[in-house]
Amino acid sequence: MAETFTARVWVLGDDIDTDIIIPTEYLALKTIDDMKQYAFSPLCPELAAQIRPGDVIVAGKNFGCGSSREQAPEIIKALGIRCVIAKSFARIFFRNAINNGLLLVENPTLRDAVSEGDEVQVELGRAILHQGKEYRIASLPQNLRDIINAGGLVKAMRRRNGLD
Amino acid sequence: MGMTMAEKIIASAAGVESVRAGDIHTVELDRLMSNDGTTHLTIDMYHQKLKHPRIADIRKLVWIIDHNIPADSPKTAASHKKMRDFARAHEIDFWEGKGVCHQIMMENYVRPGELIFGADSHTCTYGALGAFGTGVGCTDYLYAMVTGKSWLLVPETIRFNLKGKLPEGVYARDLILTIIGKIGANGANYKVMEFVGEGMKSLAMDDRIAICNLCVEAGAKTALMEVDEIAMEYLKARGREPKVSVQSDADAVFTEEYTFDLCQIVSIVAKPDFVDAVVPAEEALGVKIDEAFLGSCNNGRLSDLRVGAMILKGRKVHPHVRFLVVPASQEVYEAALAEGLIGIFMEAGAIVMNPNCSVCWGSCQGVIGAGEVLISTGTRNFKGRAGHPDSKVYLASAATVTASAAAGEIMTADRLKA
Amino acid sequence: MGQTIIEKIIARNTGMDTVKPGDIVTVQVDRVMIHDIFIPFVAEKFEEMGFTKIWDPDKAVLIYDHLVPASQVEDTRHFRIGDAFAEKYGMNNVHRSDGICHQLMTEAGYVKPGNVVFGTDSHTTTYGCVGAFSSGIGYTEMASILGTGTMWIKVPETIRVVIEGTLPSNVTSKDMILRLIGDLGADGATYRALEFAGDTVEAMSVSSRMTMANMAVECGAKCALFTPDEKTEEYCGISLTDAERGLVGDADAAYCREIRYQAEELVPVLACPSQVDHIEPVSKLAGTKIDQVFIGSCTNGRLEDLMMAASILKGKRVAPYVKLIVTPASRLIYQQAVGNGTMEILSKAGAVITHPGCGLCCGRTGGILSDGERVVATNNRNFLGRMGTSKVEIYLASPATAAASALTGTIMEPEACRL
Repeated sequence: MAETFTARVWVLGDDIDTDIIIPTEYLALKTIDDMKQYAFSPLCPELAAQIRPGDVIVAGKNFGCGSSREQAPEIIKALGIRCVIAKSFARIFFRNAINNGLLLVENPTLRDAVSEGDEVQVELGRAILHQGKEYRIASLPQNLRDIINAGGLVKAMRRRNGLD
Repeated sequence: MGMTMAEKIIASAAGVESVRAGDIHTVELDRLMSNDGTTHLTIDMYHQKLKHPRIADIRKLVWIIDHNIPADSPKTAASHKKMRDFARAHEIDFWEGKGVCHQIMMENYVRPGELIFGADSHTCTYGALGAFGTGVGCTDYLYAMVTGKSWLLVPETIRFNLKGKLPEGVYARDLILTIIGKIGANGANYKVMEFVGEGMKSLAMDDRIAICNLCVEAGAKTALMEVDEIAMEYLKARGREPKVSVQSDADAVFTEEYTFDLCQIVSIVAKPDFVDAVVPAEEALGVKIDEAFLGSCNNGRLSDLRVGAMILKGRKVHPHVRFLVVPASQEVYEAALAEGLIGIFMEAGAIVMNPNCSVCWGSCQGVIGAGEVLISTGTRNFKGRAGHPDSKVYLASAATVTASAAAGEIMTADRLKA
Repeated sequence: MGQTIIEKIIARNTGMDTVKPGDIVTVQVDRVMIHDIFIPFVAEKFEEMGFTKIWDPDKAVLIYDHLVPASQVEDTRHFRIGDAFAEKYGMNNVHRSDGICHQLMTEAGYVKPGNVVFGTDSHTTTYGCVGAFSSGIGYTEMASILGTGTMWIKVPETIRVVIEGTLPSNVTSKDMILRLIGDLGADGATYRALEFAGDTVEAMSVSSRMTMANMAVECGAKCALFTPDEKTEEYCGISLTDAERGLVGDADAAYCREIRYQAEELVPVLACPSQVDHIEPVSKLAGTKIDQVFIGSCTNGRLEDLMMAASILKGKRVAPYVKLIVTPASRLIYQQAVGNGTMEILSKAGAVITHPGCGLCCGRTGGILSDGERVVATNNRNFLGRMGTSKVEIYLASPATAAASALTGTIMEPEACRL
């Protein structure tokens, strides 16, 4: 994917866990759309309403740690976040995000340079540009790129089962 | 003219020689019970609405957390904390997680002849020990808390003469549901339901508590029973003495009198959505159920658990039924533990919870969903009582509830296959 | 070159001679666990993917635990969908109120040494206690396994943790794993396998090993592994094969890191609000007033834990105005605790005892707290807002610390908890 886009930044800290991304009490709501308004509520109750499609989140280490609730990446995607850039990702969240077609990018230093509301330019597989500086990023392994290119795991399985 | 039990108790509390139904008197209250349903509101009013907040007599107050325990939300937790902090600061008798309020009151406080306000409708329970207990709202409760007194309209009394003995497999719950079915949900509005007769001798304390407890569902202000050897034995075992034991005078006036032959009572079911929609259980057989509940201030005592365990022993709860068994108090739970009853319920696949109002209250523990059916030993079956508005609640005895839990559909114990 | 335990399991499963960290392989799944909170999503994705049958229905287990008993009206929808899915696709392994998923998977014999197991809950790492490779996944991934019976994985590196010596009488495996998480950090083992060895570990019961495997995910680990031994045999009711006995890290295996602990040096610890890796000795916080204690969860809700608490609470009462909530991890454990007098001791001490299930740990009901309240809990997470408002402080601890704290109404180091 030689894709480039520009986005507005929302900044979060280290160890953002899935209980913060979506508290357990909302997990029995019927749809992701019902849940997304409560995203990040224990930490910043106003954030979900302020996110606009195309924005990105830049976070610290261990983003998405905690439970395996897949609603976490689904909700972030449903809010319109284009990708999450973090120092590192927790592994279950990482898989769940890939399976739902939510782009994840790792970079160890960008987080310390950005502020809320900044603009970044993301060139997938190469670098992120912010205020004149370049932050190198890597491509995902091929098998994960295949899942994302298929549009997520569900679409990949549908194709395998001869649908679509 | 003679006085009824209720008139005697009120006269004594009003400090007068005699009272008549229809009079209004100012009475001194012996006990004031409040639970986590409304105490937080009482506390708010205490702080916000009173010029000179004070409590007339701390020793009369008993505060009990039973409806939403363990707490199900920050809001509940905050209301509990408010109650706990106030009780602690004022040294009010405080019971949290020890059981349903009326069971705690019967086990630890109620004495014959007392006049008791409770911020809960089933306060009529205390008539089983010859005490006049009646439910009030939080404003009346606050007033009584501050002054130690309240005004009371002296109620008329309906007398129920009980004869004979309940047949095997038929219980006090079937009896009181039959009575409510007969007189209707308004049949005793504002009145006292007084139970006398030689049939009383065959009723143990647990039975009497179950009977008095449900009287508010016929609109009664309270229920009353005389204090005989059975009641005295219960009191003595708990180290309590009566304040005073009263009986209605021979020439007391009753608005209505009914006679019930206990030998004629059959297993009963109250159909959705009304407590007085009473039919013989055999007319409700076969209705598929999703949940069953054995517990509550009405039927959560040791004798009820014994009945349930006896039916469930060697059997399993139906795989598609959630059977919640909830002892009415910690004391009942420990006795059931010692008798092996809890073990039987767990072995059978029941869900055993801590003593609390649970499914009967229908707020946060064992709630039922859209289209589901519950059969319950709780006190009410109004629309939406146990959860979703599109759900149905049948009321029945511990035996019928347990048999249904095993069968997966409404079933009486005698019909349950081995 | 020698192999680590995870390399041996994956190699055997895939039929390769050896595998190495970084390899991407496809494993044949031995068992899957799906629980109530996510079954509606698994069912939806499964059908959306176009699958018409489960690859092997006997290998799938459906357990209701987060929502038992139902506390919100919509919870019962999960039961209905779960029951319908199980019936439609021929699943017979369904547990509707028998306890917590992770407890049942080993207790009911669904997991054996060397198995490859995935579950829709992050604490699926628990089954490493019997030497299985087990890990948590999302519901979309689970749906694809149900249809195919396979999953791609990247062979992880292994961190070897060696614990030697005798634990002090007031220190438990919970204190050990909390200490490790504090030393590694919440992401210190991300993507890695944690392999436990040493005579301290060998002396631990399977129940104690379960506590450690359970919490491995809290430092980011993919899985945790303990070598199967005679304790595993007894617990699982099996006789180990040579291959299973051989699930031990070879002397010349490659580890990315080795950490050693001397058991005598360990002390009772707490995970302080609001991170699991924020570890402090209990003694440092002793005297802090608390409002509630919770003993339960897949981490520490077993008979050994209840008995540990009972030995401290026997003949005494919980402090006034403090709540002690006890939620056993399974129906079997509850029955055992009834049978050996533990339940009576806990009830007489004033415990509020609830039906086996996740209870307060998952934070939907079961003892929720409000602003300014503090709880000492034996579960595995203390994230902000987990058990009520974001102004609730959750301290994670061993059952011994929890019981000692319940007695005084303050954070308290236990004296001893040897049974």
